[in-house]
Amino acid sequence: MSRAALYRDRFARNRPAALSAALLFALACASLGAPLLALLMAQDPGVVDLYHRLEGPSHAHPLGTDELGRDLLLRLLAGGRVSLTVGIMGALAAAVVGTAIGLVAGYRGGFIDAILMRTTDAVISLPLLPLLIVLAAIDLRKLGLPSDLARSEMASLYRIVALVALVGWTTVARIVRGATLSLKTRDFVRAAVGLGASPARVMLVHILPNLTAPIVVATALSVGNVILLESVLSFLGLGIAPPLASWGAMLSGAQETITIAPSLAIYPGLLIFLVVVACNLVGDGLQDALDPRTPRSR
Amino acid sequence: MGAHILRRLAESLIVLAAMSFVIYALIGLMPGDPIDLMLSADPHLTAADAARLKALMGIDQPLLKRYGAWAAAALAGDFGYSRLYVEPAVAALLAPLGRSALLMGLSFVATLALALPLGILAARRPRSLADSAINLAAFASISLPSFWIGLMLILVFAAWLGWLPAGGIVDVGGGGFLDRLRHLILPVATMTIVGFGAFARYMRSGLLEVMGQDFIRTARAKGATERRILLGHALRNAMGTVVTVIALSFGGLFSGALVTETLFAYPGMGKLIYDAILGNDFNLALAALLFATAMTLVSNLAADIAYAAIDPRIVYR
Repeated sequence: MSRAALYRDRFARNRPAALSAALLFALACASLGAPLLALLMAQDPGVVDLYHRLEGPSHAHPLGTDELGRDLLLRLLAGGRVSLTVGIMGALAAAVVGTAIGLVAGYRGGFIDAILMRTTDAVISLPLLPLLIVLAAIDLRKLGLPSDLARSEMASLYRIVALVALVGWTTVARIVRGATLSLKTRDFVRAAVGLGASPARVMLVHILPNLTAPIVVATALSVGNVILLESVLSFLGLGIAPPLASWGAMLSGAQETITIAPSLAIYPGLLIFLVVVACNLVGDGLQDALDPRTPRSR
Repeated sequence: MGAHILRRLAESLIVLAAMSFVIYALIGLMPGDPIDLMLSADPHLTAADAARLKALMGIDQPLLKRYGAWAAAALAGDFGYSRLYVEPAVAALLAPLGRSALLMGLSFVATLALALPLGILAARRPRSLADSAINLAAFASISLPSFWIGLMLILVFAAWLGWLPAGGIVDVGGGGFLDRLRHLILPVATMTIVGFGAFARYMRSGLLEVMGQDFIRTARAKGATERRILLGHALRNAMGTVVTVIALSFGGLFSGALVTETLFAYPGMGKLIYDAILGNDFNLALAALLFATAMTLVSNLAADIAYAAIDPRIVYR
């Protein structure tokens, strides 16, 4: 059996993980297919219809309408696309930053290592959300970004991904540093150094490939947390901005109408919860499949 | 030990100083500046007035120079005036700080009181029904968005059942002890539900790891009861990991309080920071953020010392 087949087999035997992966896949497909569904339902999810606000489920709107008369089901699917995109992009960005920092800290050692690891400790222990709110509120144009980029529809999405990368790299950095410390004393690395390989080459070509499994596992396990973070920031009005939809942003409007339209408050949160649970289970499954020796961290 | 604490203290101070600069620089990047705000409030101000005011207040100076002036004043205890509360920033901080301490303290105690027994219960019989149920609950807890759980509690207990208030700290005309307590129940419940899962899992895994060790087998062999083994031999050894996790959770506690306070309109530090940032109250935001950071660092330091008290084998270099 090839190695990939072995991994796939081990993952599939983990029932909760396999089911979660199927659920996430289905949700991703539904989110991507939302425009098609909108055509079939003869609805435009972006159009405001104030005559049909906060309606209950009906034939035209299976889950009812929101505070601006938009179809709730289509709105939820559009939000799913954003949440999943942010979750995956944010986790990947954080993993790249963390891997780079961990590699350099572990391989270089000494003073650089001490500084980087103290920084990691500091970032882990800081009250992150208050600081993230400042970061989310800063004016991108004051950073010198061109104004049309800073005001584009997608700016809020990129900003969240950047924020996640800025605070989320610590876990991967610690794992990579620890593994690099032990790998760099191994014979194959010393051989590469002896043959005159540059530090960058040793790190990227000889050490990094041996770290794939733990990095993939840590990244997968962080997707759920990133989605939670995005939803919190959006809920506070500092994350995903209109016209983009996001489950967290949908919930921030739902508090005022909670007595007359509780479904607006229930569905988005339920979806966040389901997706985060599924992401965590998939992460656990990947850990068991790819990296069975490392004890589970959670 | 003394030397270790001193070194940790020095490190914390360095982090605090670095953070003060970072926060100062970031606040400067927020939209608008104090003079623009004055301009929008007073139509009689001209552009020349604005330039003169900027020079007077030093806003046209380079960042490092401005930071130096602010830091010198801050070290002397002067954090400037709060725009929203029209009083010195430090004075505006005090009452919300007390209210947050109450909310966070109660939530913290409730979280541990729920999580640690559950973790111990789960570790007593691994893979039993109780263990699976606790695991499931803990998994749900770490995957729940805190603000959504808060919303659901409001929906059920405030909107549907009408048992508890949906927010605030006292009823109109109220203010007694019971009234305050009633307003604290839902926020504390929210933070507890979201917080207990992680601790329960760490407690369980910490205990299970210890339970597999030789000295536990020795205790069993000499005929100690399961209860005595668990509480007398295993628990203290397992507390190390839990205390570390607790130590690192203070920052998270603050983040949780921010969301909960905003949701329940509870006027604590978290809501103050949120309002100050959104309301362009730069001085107050700076002071509050720095204070939150300092409190987190102090809590971490305290937990570090507690760690050594729990496990005397730990020798600090």
